[in-house]
Amino acid sequence: MAPLLQVENLTIGFPRAEPVRNLSFEVSAGETLAIVGESGSGKSLTALALMQLLPRAARVTSGRIVFDDHNLLGLDAREMRQLRGRDIAMIFQEPMTSLNPVMSIGRQIGEVLKVHEKLSGRAARERTIELLKLVRIPAAEKRVDDYPHQLSGGMRQRVMIAMAVACRPKLLIADEPTTALDVTIQAQVLDLLDTLRRELKMAVVLITHDLGVVAQWADKVVVMYAGQKVEQALPGDLFNDPLHPYTRGLLSASPRLKNDFHYLSGPLTEIPGSIVSAAGEAGCPFKPRCREARASCGHQVPPLIARTPDRLVACPFTSSLKAVPDAAHLSH
Amino acid sequence: MSADFGAYPAVTGGAYAAPATNEQATAPERPAWSNVKAPDARSQQSAAVAITNGRRALGVFLANPNALFGTAFLALVIGVALLAPVLYPDDPLSMVGKPFLWPGQDPAFPLGTDSLGRDVLAGILHGSRISLFVGLMATALGLTFGVIVGAIAGYFGGWVDDLLVRLVEIFQTLPSFVLLVVLVAIVQPSATTVTLAIAVISWPTVARLTRAEFRAIREKDFVMAARSLGYGHSRIIFREILPNALPPIIVTSSVMVATAILMESALSFMGLGDPNVVSWGSMIGTGRELVRTAWYLTALPGLAIVFTVLALNLIGDGLNDALNPRFSGDR
Amino acid sequence: MPALVRIGRTLRRTLLQAVPTILGIVILNFFLLQLAPGDAADVLAGEAGSATEESVAALRARFGLDSPVLEQLATYLGNLAQFSLGFSPRYGMPVADLIAQRLPGTLTLMAVALLIAILLGVVLGSLMATFAGRIPDRLLSVFSLLFYSIPSFWIGLMLIVLFSVKLGWLPSGGAGTIGSQLKGLPLLLDKARYMVLPATSLALFYVAIYARLTRAAMLEVKNQDFVRTAYAKGLTPFGVTARHILRNALIPITTMAGMHIGGMLGGAVVVETVYSWPGLGRLAFEAVMGRDFTVLLGILLLSSLLVIIANAAVDLVHAWLDPRIGAR
Repeated sequence: MAPLLQVENLTIGFPRAEPVRNLSFEVSAGETLAIVGESGSGKSLTALALMQLLPRAARVTSGRIVFDDHNLLGLDAREMRQLRGRDIAMIFQEPMTSLNPVMSIGRQIGEVLKVHEKLSGRAARERTIELLKLVRIPAAEKRVDDYPHQLSGGMRQRVMIAMAVACRPKLLIADEPTTALDVTIQAQVLDLLDTLRRELKMAVVLITHDLGVVAQWADKVVVMYAGQKVEQALPGDLFNDPLHPYTRGLLSASPRLKNDFHYLSGPLTEIPGSIVSAAGEAGCPFKPRCREARASCGHQVPPLIARTPDRLVACPFTSSLKAVPDAAHLSH
Repeated sequence: MSADFGAYPAVTGGAYAAPATNEQATAPERPAWSNVKAPDARSQQSAAVAITNGRRALGVFLANPNALFGTAFLALVIGVALLAPVLYPDDPLSMVGKPFLWPGQDPAFPLGTDSLGRDVLAGILHGSRISLFVGLMATALGLTFGVIVGAIAGYFGGWVDDLLVRLVEIFQTLPSFVLLVVLVAIVQPSATTVTLAIAVISWPTVARLTRAEFRAIREKDFVMAARSLGYGHSRIIFREILPNALPPIIVTSSVMVATAILMESALSFMGLGDPNVVSWGSMIGTGRELVRTAWYLTALPGLAIVFTVLALNLIGDGLNDALNPRFSGDR
Repeated sequence: MPALVRIGRTLRRTLLQAVPTILGIVILNFFLLQLAPGDAADVLAGEAGSATEESVAALRARFGLDSPVLEQLATYLGNLAQFSLGFSPRYGMPVADLIAQRLPGTLTLMAVALLIAILLGVVLGSLMATFAGRIPDRLLSVFSLLFYSIPSFWIGLMLIVLFSVKLGWLPSGGAGTIGSQLKGLPLLLDKARYMVLPATSLALFYVAIYARLTRAAMLEVKNQDFVRTAYAKGLTPFGVTARHILRNALIPITTMAGMHIGGMLGGAVVVETVYSWPGLGRLAFEAVMGRDFTVLLGILLLSSLLVIIANAAVDLVHAWLDPRIGAR
């Protein structure tokens, strides 16, 4: 079955920078793809590019995005508008600021239904109440007229999810959906997303910097660094046997919670340095911070090597790398 | 426990129950616009205080062509005001020529003469003196008093603060110009009384702004640090807080001068200005009757007012851009 | 919470807060009256032609003008409670009646001016926001600054020169054609003709304020996250602007509307004088010329009341527009 979403060699440019370079990945229906990276890795811009909502200064300079056999980059504004909210939906990181403060949540959800399914006011309201129940908001009939400031953070995010799934989209993009929420609420919201994915058979692109989220909810992981994909794997493989030096650094930097770990027994392994601007870097973008860097790393960007069809890594030296401290604690 | 929701397939309740209680809704913030004032709505937002770099601010100001034009024109007006007694040493109210000469008719009177044969150009040049005097003086007085009162109220709080708030409210309810007219009419018009009266109606705005700034800054860490070091109140007020509160005050001051000049001209137009001095407003006032035939008598002094005030407003805009760094990106 | 409850709560709160302010203004008014040179007795004696010391003293005693200040204050407050603002010998009628006669003229003028200012200002500001940072924005910005620098009495006179003297399109003064027997629509149109120039003169200063405010508000709202969400839902740019951006940007715009009533009343003084418009402003001018302080201070008091009422109205509109107001 052809994948629902195919991104090929996507490059996004600003006037003086290239925050995403040569990015490729695929997502199939019903699958959750996690895109992991730190701030500045370009993952949010990738998400916006999928929706064709890039900020004005940014531009897709090369590559293709094929969704459900549509070439998204070739669609005009009207066609793209029809896809947005109906076939592709997105939820954002900050539910408080992402909802219109002067409109009731019922009307905001109803708006999607009116625009795409042309429902009347009453029909939209009934569907909205169903949606609120679907995302497990209690007393939905009463809360439908509430305003965003009257809801808690977790409930606001549920409202965003309700808005996103209202028209049963084929693809849902979740940009750090739980980062702004309390830890206890995070699990609930992610569980809700996963349930909806299964029931509505959506593909989900989950963007996060939280490795725990990746471990628990992803079917496939793409690791991004400085706008490029540096590794791709199934979660189990990624945590048991990380290949790229960046991934290895990431995993060893997280505290271990098993056996005799104590925060005094040893420092967290830091990845030295910080993410550098992606502009004008010949060669591997991770070279300045990589412990294993050789001279040849600076000559050209290392291509993605496919160990197996599911396992890609952008570093030619992985087989000779020393064993990293056990990162298996992160996969269950 | 699962239920079927019509258009949506049955969704299992999952291992997690729906939130049983509603977590406390966050308190809504006061809309950020509550203290907005013209001309630039953003210039008065002082909740977040940015420490501005003086040199950088100067650079931004000088790179702004509007601000430069404004400064140049203001310098011209100041120069004219200072030189007027030198260039036209005679009393501008003296009759020196044929009446009703149009501008350009007689090279001796480039801007013409009025109904009594008085030189219009001399009037305009001399009129700049009173406008600038009243504008700058009234603003200086209003600023001084307003900053002091606002600083005390904002820093100490308590009953002084409550009193100031009430007083400011009263002044902002009374229509400024009507109050001004009443004050000047009561105390008999002269340059001094007009200046004082304008200062009286303009200080509450400055006080309010200063108070807001001080209240915001007094909570900052570096003030706490200064207090823990044992610094006295006056040192904290003048050396720690005031320099950081200055940017919006500086921006406001240029607007205040502009407003003061407009008010002075309106008073003179109504006959409530200093009767012994020629002012742009009084020239317009006397020219009013003749607007059908000799409309240049009203047009020319008015243009002087417009350009002087415009120059001040351009400077104010430039100052705002320079001193509020977080907004310069919008332009 | 439903809009009506919000509005009710705001109303109650506003009125409560207004009481001490009104009291302060009234007392201030009274003391200004005391400071004013001459009093009713002088004026009356002057009018009657008998200004001997005894007659003036007798008049003073009769009007209670020689009692201690606090007693006079009490009398003043008592009079106010009965809606009496004193008596004007010049006009031969109670000040309150005089003001009531002239009030509608000023109110209509100000209402029309505010409307013009808001409409023009919002349009200009939206244009400026659409082209933010580019040439049209900069040009319009300077243009609106120009409006902000023009004295209203001067532009009033210039408009008369252009539209009345040179072009002859519009009348140069008054509020309606004298002696006309028009009714209904022709009457309205006639009045409108007379109102165009004065209202525009009054409005010009405020066009700048609203243009700037609209520009800032729309730019601020445009960059908010929920606008991005609206686009992500598949709404058209027009839909986003109309339902999401404007609705939020209107809040600061309407809040500002109330703050200018005081300034507009001041502007009305000169504009009404220039156009001989029968309103409070011109009455104030005449009172100043005639040193009639009773009338003058009556106008001051009443205009302060107007400001308070206008502010209360704006608070109500604000509460209606913004559901976050009034929530505990």
